[in-house]
Amino acid sequence: MTHDVTDPARAVPGHATSGTRRTASVRRAPGGTKGAGPSGDTWRKRLEILVFVTPALALIALFVAWPIITAVRFSVYDWKGFGDLTDFVGLENYAEVLGDEVFRSAVAHNAVIVVGSILLQLPLGVAIALLLNRRMRGQGLLRTIIFVPYVLAEVIAAVVWLQLLQPQYGFVDALTTQVGLTPPDQGWLGTPEYALWIVLLVLTWKYLGLAVLLFLAAMQGVPEELYEAAQLDGASWWQTQRQITIPLLGPTMRTWAFLSMIGSIQCFDMIWVLTQGGPANATATMATYLIDEGTKRHNYGIAGAASVILFVIAFAMALAYQVLVLRRDTQDDTKRYTRAESALVGTLFRKRKAA
Amino acid sequence: MSRKTQALAALCAGLMIAATGCGGSGDSGGGDDNTIVWWHNSNNDPGMGYYEQVAKDFEKANPGVDVKVQAFAHEDMLTKLDAAFQSGDPEQIPDVYMERGGGELADHVEAGLTKDLSEDAAEEIDMIGGSTAGWQVDGKTYALPFSIGIVGFWYNKDLFEKAGITETPETMDDFYDTVEKLKAANIQPVSVGGKDAWPAAHYYYWTAVRECSQDVLDSAVKSLDFSDPCFEKAGEDVEDIVAKKPFNKGFLSTGAQEGPTSASGLLATEKVAMELAGHWEPGVMQGITEDKKGLGEKTGWFPFPTIEGGQGDPGAQMGGGDAWAVSEGAPEKSVDFAKYLLSTDVQKGFAENGMGLPTNPDAIESLTDPALASLIRVRDSAPYVQLYFDTAFGQSVGGAMNDAIINVFAGKGSAADIVKATQAAADKEK
Repeated sequence: MTHDVTDPARAVPGHATSGTRRTASVRRAPGGTKGAGPSGDTWRKRLEILVFVTPALALIALFVAWPIITAVRFSVYDWKGFGDLTDFVGLENYAEVLGDEVFRSAVAHNAVIVVGSILLQLPLGVAIALLLNRRMRGQGLLRTIIFVPYVLAEVIAAVVWLQLLQPQYGFVDALTTQVGLTPPDQGWLGTPEYALWIVLLVLTWKYLGLAVLLFLAAMQGVPEELYEAAQLDGASWWQTQRQITIPLLGPTMRTWAFLSMIGSIQCFDMIWVLTQGGPANATATMATYLIDEGTKRHNYGIAGAASVILFVIAFAMALAYQVLVLRRDTQDDTKRYTRAESALVGTLFRKRKAA
Repeated sequence: MSRKTQALAALCAGLMIAATGCGGSGDSGGGDDNTIVWWHNSNNDPGMGYYEQVAKDFEKANPGVDVKVQAFAHEDMLTKLDAAFQSGDPEQIPDVYMERGGGELADHVEAGLTKDLSEDAAEEIDMIGGSTAGWQVDGKTYALPFSIGIVGFWYNKDLFEKAGITETPETMDDFYDTVEKLKAANIQPVSVGGKDAWPAAHYYYWTAVRECSQDVLDSAVKSLDFSDPCFEKAGEDVEDIVAKKPFNKGFLSTGAQEGPTSASGLLATEKVAMELAGHWEPGVMQGITEDKKGLGEKTGWFPFPTIEGGQGDPGAQMGGGDAWAVSEGAPEKSVDFAKYLLSTDVQKGFAENGMGLPTNPDAIESLTDPALASLIRVRDSAPYVQLYFDTAFGQSVGGAMNDAIINVFAGKGSAADIVKATQAAADKEK
């Protein structure tokens, strides 16, 4: 929950500074020609920055920083949800949470969802995007259909699937019976061994549309000349996709994987509606664990500790991903285009030579 | 430029005010000495209209007093109440509100949120009798129970007849016979809402009430000590019940009360023959079926079967209820209002409108529903009514216990695990 606002939080100042930097540099040019005093200009610039950044900073302080600080404070007390914070327990709540088998399995379930989502959605998303990128009849309609699940609110999608997956009376069970298979006795969501995988499938159904949409958009950005050149070189459709389209999708894929990862760590709504973390905690995630401990059992200290751990895990993962994976895209922006351009130039050159 | 900056500054200021504006107080607070804020959960007619009338009658009898009635959906009320208590602000906390008793109440008492009514309402406490035990902390009574129900089996008379069952089961062996007969007639015997955990946990509460003596249960509530072997024995009884496979298909992912595929829904739509549930069941079933009649005439009720060799009194019952409590900062008249809510007049209307099971003995005759009337007879002849464990022991211990019980239902845990998990959670409370 908390870090879901953290990201914009970290992004906003970044945007703000880069934005002002740009305006500042634009402003400096005419200022220089006019020959205004440099000190007055810097003050004005600073005021400007202050005016633009303050509202955002105030909102972040109120809705991001303050809740995080409060959660950290709760996490070192034994607190039932009312009365004063008097029972200081230090790091006991953290030991409690980390020692709890249910929490550890919740972390594992989160990891399964993170990895599973990417492993399922990446190849499927690329494949569908490649197909939908070809000229065909009803292309717009197909693209819309693929994207519809993503537009649905997660809770609504979950309720729909809950009905479909209803044991014995649901559509899925009816279908499996029709084709001569026996659905599991406890239903798909009621069998601890299957429940997490079913949830993962529903999540894939829900979020595949976003992957496809992003990949399709990225494909529109691939310069047409590259395809033409490849065609002239006699590359097959498959070769074109493998050598040109997919490599150029790289940055989009990495950004998408980042979004998917963050979403998976926060995963709550879908699971809460489908299974409430059950059966026998088989689908519990960190988010369901802390809701369960907090609002249901009134162990706000434990829930606070769990939320801080969730925050740290998400933050560390985000940071590591930024440093290890996304840095390529932010730093090597020019290089990437150069590579594409040099490929283009190369082919053009070869083409001329051949001619 | 200066004008632009001014405009910007004004805009910023506006934003900040808007951002902090949500901290403003609503009008739900306690108000002055003559305003009583009353929260209840009868948010449907006839209950809602009836309570409006009750408030007006009280205002008429006490000139100058203003009763502010706020009706919530049950879950909303609980959330709101938690939030109000969390704020610790007497303006936000209602003056008269519902307490479920047990460990939850004990926490409220410890935080100094609830008024001791032992002396001010001595007469009412006396009239209600032993049922107030669930709302006592250290011998003092903090709330007046106005509706107490017990958990038992609701069944479909037609389906029982179809399976050739002539008598409702009295012992566990009878119960298993009944299950087998229903299965033989191709009827799913019992539904249980395993997804919500508490409906399944009720089986354990019940077997524990049968296995443990009243003394053991009472002292467990006080000392949070679960070392008596009867607690593990009760878990083994649950293992036995689960092993007989009486439950509906997919019971682990079945909800308790929402919609036709919930445990209550399956009973209401005649997909199963019975369900273990509280006195609320007919009302829930009426809400689920389209004709608003639920099972109607086919509804039957029988108490939980007795267990041979159990230490518990065979007449003992397991259930719980709601009580009116007065918050610590409430105006004096609030206590009078809470007492008025327990008066014969108000409780009679409460029973006539089918809003619950009255605790005022003079109002019992006013119950019109035959199934509820038979249930209340069992309740009133019981030597004691054990409060639901998750309420009695508090949500923290109760939550851990429920979790362990559902694991037994899922075949992922044992009777010993229930005791172990419960004791571990209880040790943290000490």
